Amino acid sequence: MEYLGYLFAAYSVVWAVIFGYVLYMQRKQKRLQRQIEMLQKSVASQISHDK
Amino acid sequence: MNGRRNLINNLLFGLGLALMIAALYMVFMYVPTEKSMGIVQRIFYFHVSLAWVSFLAFLVTFVFSICYLRKRLLKWDYIAHASAEVGVVFTTLVLITGPIWAKTAWGIWWTWDARLTTSLVLWLTYIAYLLVRGYATEPARGARFGAVVGIVGFIDVPIVFLTVNVWRTQHPTTIIFTDGITAPMLMTLVVCIAAFTVLYVLLTAQGAGLKSLETSIKRLKIRRTG
Repeated sequence: MEYLGYLFAAYSVVWAVIFGYVLYMQRKQKRLQRQIEMLQKSVASQISHDK
Repeated sequence: MNGRRNLINNLLFGLGLALMIAALYMVFMYVPTEKSMGIVQRIFYFHVSLAWVSFLAFLVTFVFSICYLRKRLLKWDYIAHASAEVGVVFTTLVLITGPIWAKTAWGIWWTWDARLTTSLVLWLTYIAYLLVRGYATEPARGARFGAVVGIVGFIDVPIVFLTVNVWRTQHPTTIIFTDGITAPMLMTLVVCIAAFTVLYVLLTAQGAGLKSLETSIKRLKIRRTG
């Protein structure tokens, strides 16, 4: 049990970094989703303008 | 097509979750404590699994970079890029968990021995791969430069693997192939490698999908403004 702290640190870092990476991907996905919505709005307003 | 993809994704997610729970159970409850190093040896199971899967990630980058340079199909580049990104994350973890283990086993955090140095070079090479892509003015040029770095950089992977057998290093040799591991330890390691492999596949597929989406949005924006 002498090095339990090291073991805890190693496993905590692994999960923290993986969660960080998943969070980064999720934020990227949200940013892309916002861009798609903006493009959709822009296309819709152009169609109504053309009519 | 989308429904089938979602089903595969959900199945992989379920499998990954089950394997990860099994891996954690085996690491902390099932496998016996190693005699000379004690409880801290349990870092080995995640450390080695992450190293193996990062090698796999760079192999995938290598293969898909060749495919991209031959056919110039962007879908190959998305996979190569996403795989390298996950490989860098996993190698970062190898370079963090390694020194934590080294501190207890050797009494030092770091030493410039062949295995550690070549692993650091590997990490820096793929950081360069991501930077080359990021700094390229045109996406096609970034993909081309990235593919070249992805192919050349892979040379370091067999070097990292062979260092412990070719040079006299402080790092343990590949004990899996030299009967230096008991059956429960091997079984635990196999489950950990399987869990991280599934996680790798999920993250790479997600990453490649996002890169494809990003390119489609960029093209649409250019078409609208141009």
